[in-house]
Amino acid sequence: MADELVNVTIDGMPVSVPKGTPIIEAAKQAGVLVPHYCYHPSLPSPAVCRMCLVEVEKAPKLMPACVTSVVEGQVVHVNSASAKKAREGVLELLLINHPLDCPICDQAGECELQDYVFQEGRAGTRYAEYAKRYSPVEDFGPDILYVPNRCILCTRCVRFMEDVADAPVLNVSERGDRAYIGISEEQKLDHAWSGNVVDLCPVGSLLSKDFLHKARAWDLDKTASVCPGCTQGCNVSIDTRDDVVIRIRPRPNLEVNRHFMCDYGRANYRWMNRGDRIEAPLVRDGARHTATDWDTALARFEQVLRGASGSAVILATGRASTESLGLVRRLVDRFEVAAAVQVPLGEEAPLSGVPNLALRRERAPNLAGAELLGYTPQWAAAMRQALSAAVVIVLDADLDQADEAALAAAPGMVVLLGTVIADALRNVELVLPVTTMAEENGTYVNRDHRIQRYQQAKSQPGMARPAWWIAGEVLAGPGPSADAPSTAAEAFELLGERWPVFAGLGHGDIGYTGRVLRTGSAPVPGRAEGAAR
Amino acid sequence: MGFPHPSHSKETVVLSRYFGDAGARTYDGWVERGGYEALKRALAMTRDAIVEEVKASGLRGRGGAGFPTGLKWSFMPKDVVKPHYLVCNADESEPGTFKDREIMRWTPHALIEGCAIAAYAIGAERCYLYIRGEFTEPWKVMSAAVEQAYAMGALGADALGSGKRVDIVLHRGAGAYICGEETAMMNSIEGKRGNPRIKPPFPAVAGLFGMPTTINNVETLSAVPHILNRGAAWYKALCLGNPKSTGTKLISICGHIQRPGNYEVTMGTPVKEILYDMAGGPKPGRTFKAIIPGGSSVPIMTREEAEAALFDYEGIVEQGSMLGSAGMIVMDDTTDMVYQIWRLARFYAHESCAQCTQCREGTAWTTRILERILTGRGKQDDFQLLLDLCDNMTGKTICVLSDSCAAPVVSGIQKFRSEFEAYIAGAREPAMAVV
Repeated sequence: MADELVNVTIDGMPVSVPKGTPIIEAAKQAGVLVPHYCYHPSLPSPAVCRMCLVEVEKAPKLMPACVTSVVEGQVVHVNSASAKKAREGVLELLLINHPLDCPICDQAGECELQDYVFQEGRAGTRYAEYAKRYSPVEDFGPDILYVPNRCILCTRCVRFMEDVADAPVLNVSERGDRAYIGISEEQKLDHAWSGNVVDLCPVGSLLSKDFLHKARAWDLDKTASVCPGCTQGCNVSIDTRDDVVIRIRPRPNLEVNRHFMCDYGRANYRWMNRGDRIEAPLVRDGARHTATDWDTALARFEQVLRGASGSAVILATGRASTESLGLVRRLVDRFEVAAAVQVPLGEEAPLSGVPNLALRRERAPNLAGAELLGYTPQWAAAMRQALSAAVVIVLDADLDQADEAALAAAPGMVVLLGTVIADALRNVELVLPVTTMAEENGTYVNRDHRIQRYQQAKSQPGMARPAWWIAGEVLAGPGPSADAPSTAAEAFELLGERWPVFAGLGHGDIGYTGRVLRTGSAPVPGRAEGAAR
Repeated sequence: MGFPHPSHSKETVVLSRYFGDAGARTYDGWVERGGYEALKRALAMTRDAIVEEVKASGLRGRGGAGFPTGLKWSFMPKDVVKPHYLVCNADESEPGTFKDREIMRWTPHALIEGCAIAAYAIGAERCYLYIRGEFTEPWKVMSAAVEQAYAMGALGADALGSGKRVDIVLHRGAGAYICGEETAMMNSIEGKRGNPRIKPPFPAVAGLFGMPTTINNVETLSAVPHILNRGAAWYKALCLGNPKSTGTKLISICGHIQRPGNYEVTMGTPVKEILYDMAGGPKPGRTFKAIIPGGSSVPIMTREEAEAALFDYEGIVEQGSMLGSAGMIVMDDTTDMVYQIWRLARFYAHESCAQCTQCREGTAWTTRILERILTGRGKQDDFQLLLDLCDNMTGKTICVLSDSCAAPVVSGIQKFRSEFEAYIAGAREPAMAVV
C-alpha cells in the first residue's frame, strides 16, 4: 500500500506521492510550504489552527491540508486568492490578542507567527481600541515558562505530552477567547523529555529558562551535530554565539530521534564552554612540565612508544570520535593491548510515543563505535592492567581521585591526551591538548550501529588538536608527511584497512542523517528490545 | 417547569399527545396508552426491514440538519464486527429550543422505545442517552423511566422477551453548548474535553470510542415508534408542503407572542398560521418585527419573510433561513435588533470551544464590535469589518459554531441596517455605557 503512488498537482507542480499522504506533505514535495501552526509531522493533527486551508478543485470549501489526504488527479491551489484571504484572516485573528513584544521575545527570529505575518499578513490591525487579553507568566516546570499572552493555542505542547510523552500534564483550559494552556495542579512539566514543548511551540509562549534572554535567534550559529549524552545518538544542532555554546536543540532524523531530544541531552553542554583548558603540549622536564611546540611533543610521543614494549593500556572517554579511538588504537598495535572506554551509567528514560527512542543508561555516545574498534567498557580491569603496563594512554577520560592517584604511581609511561589536567597527574610523561567533540569534526556509532557525523561547532582553545591528528602524525613518522591525515574524513578512511566494517565508507557517504553499518554482530548488550511501542 | 397548554385544534398531535398527562410517565401508564407495541414489533422484524420502513417514512433528523434518518442508519456497517453505538442527543442547548425537554418530561418511555428500536436496527450494543446538564427534571424523569424499563424487562438481556439485548445508559452533560454537536458529544461521553472532531472519519465509520456510531436527536427517535405502529405511508402522508419534508414537527415558540410554548404541526403548515392562530399573534398593540425560525444559529427572518413561509425544511430555506431545531424566537416592534444580535454573539463567544482560531477569536471580536456600536462609538467602517470578519468565520472551521455566530450578524446587518446606522449616527441613545 505504501508503494501505491497518486499523482496530484500543487500550485501547478505535478508530484507523485504515496497514497494517504496529507496535502501539506505532498506540497513539500512540490516545493510549496503550506503555512501551518498546529500541524507537526511528529504529532497527531487536530486541524485546529485553520492556517493550512487550501483550495482543492471540486471541493465545496477550503480544506485543511494537514488532514486531507491526496487523491488521484487532485488539483490543489495553496496560493489562490481565497486560500490567501483565509490565511490572512487567521493571522489577523491570531494577532488581535498577541502582544507585539517581539523585541524582548526569545522566539523572535525563529517565530512562525512572525514569519507568516511578514510573508502574507495584513499590514495593520483592525482590532483598534481594545485592550489585549492579559495573563501573567506561569512557571510550568524546572526549565519551562509559559507566557499565555503569546499563546496561539495550537496545542502542539498538549499533544506532545499526551500522545508522545504519555504524560498528560497539560490541557486547554477554559473556552472561547479566555482559553489558555493549563497544567495539572499536582504536577509539573518535569518529564525527562518535556523540553521538546519549547521547540514545538511555534511562538514564544513556552520558553526555556536556561536560554531565557541569552541570545537573539539571528545571532546564533547552528552546527549539525550528534548529542554526546548517551548511546541513542540523537541528531542535534549546537547553537553558538561568539564561540560559546548557548543551547542544544534537536535536529530532525526520522530514523533516530524524529524531532525530539531529552532534557538531559539538552542541558549537557556546559562542559563545552570550560575555560580551564590545556592549550599547549606539555613535556616533562625533570619534576615539572614545560610547554612546547607540536613537533617536539609528537617526537617525544613517538620516542615513548618506540622505547617501550610489552603491554599498553588505553583509557578513553566515551565521547571520543571513531576516528580518534581508531587511530589511537593503531598507535599501540605492536603491544599487548587493553583498551577501555568510559561509560557512565544513569537511569533509562524512554519517550514512549516513539519506538526505540530513549535516554539510555549508557551515557556514552560512541560505545558501539569503541566496541567495533576493540575497546571494551571493562574500565576497572583496564585500570588494574594500567598499573603494570609499559605505556598508558589516557584519552580525555574523566578520572576519579583513586584512578588519578593510581596512574600517578604507575610504573609505565603515562601519556595524557586531554582537555584538562588534574593536579594529581602533574608528573605524567607527556600531556597533549585535544579538542572536545564540539571543537572537531568526527563520527559516532550509536547503539543501532548507525554511524553519524558531527561538525565542529566552535574553535579549539590554543594549540589543541583532535586526537586522531596526533595519532595520525605519530603513525606517519617524523617530519611532514603526506600519509598523515589532515581532516577527520581522511582519518576515517584510514580505519577501513584495519577494521573492515568501515571499509569503503567515507564521510560523504554518511551524510547528515547517518548510515547503518553492516556489522553482522549481535545487538549491543543491554539494549531493551522493542521496549517502546 | 410549566405545565403544557392544551393543544390547539390546528395542531397535529402525535408526539405531544401525552404532554401534561402525568400518567404517561410510568411504565404501566405508557403500556396502557399503547406503549412498547412498536418495540415488540421491531424486535420481531429484521434490522434491514426497520431501516427500510424508516427510510420510506421520509423521517429527517429533527436536531437541525434534517438528514434522512433511515439513510443515516443504513451507513452503519451491516456486519457487527466491532461494537456499534447509538447516541441519543438530548443535549438540547440551542437558545429558543425546548421541545426535547418536554418529550423527556412527559413521555420518557416514548424516547426509550425509540432508542431501543434504533439501537436494535443499527446493531448497537448500547445506546448512550446524553442529557443536558441543566435539565434537572428531565434527568430525574428519564432516570426513573430507564430504571423501570429495565425492571419490567423492556430493556436488558432479553428485551420484551425477544431474546435480544438492548441497553440504554444515561450520561449527563456538564453545561457546554458545544457538546450538542455530535462529535463533541462523543468526546464528552468518552470523558474528554467536549471539542468537535474533524470529519472524516464520520461517526458511522469511527465514532464513539472509535466504533461505528449513529447520533440521533430525541424528537427523531421519539417519532420512530409511531412510524412502526402506524406505517411509513401514514407518516409520509403527513405533509402539506414539499414532499421531502414529512411527518410532524414540534416547534418551540418563545419571545414576544401571546401564547409561547410547544406546538406540533404537520410539515408544510404555513408559518403565519402557527404564529397567529396557534400562538395567538403579537401582544396587543404590537406587530412582529423579526423571527428566528430554527434556534439562534440560523439567519434572522423579517416578518414578511416569515409570514410568507411554509414550515418545513425547504419552505424556510426558500425564505432565506433554515428550519434548524424549530426553536422560534419571535421579536416584535419594541425589539432593539442590534442589542439582540449582540446577545446572540456574546452567547457564541462564551460557548466557543476555543479550538479553531476563527471561532475562538472571531466570536469574541464580533461581540466587541457590536458592543462598541451599542455604546455609541460605532463607525461606518464597522459594517465592512463585521461582514469581512463573518466571512472569515463562515465555512472555515471544524464545526459550525462560528458560522452560527456569523449568521444572525450578517442577516441582521442586511435586514435591519437602519438600526445599526441609528446607533452609529448618534440618533439613538446608547444601549450600554462605556466600561
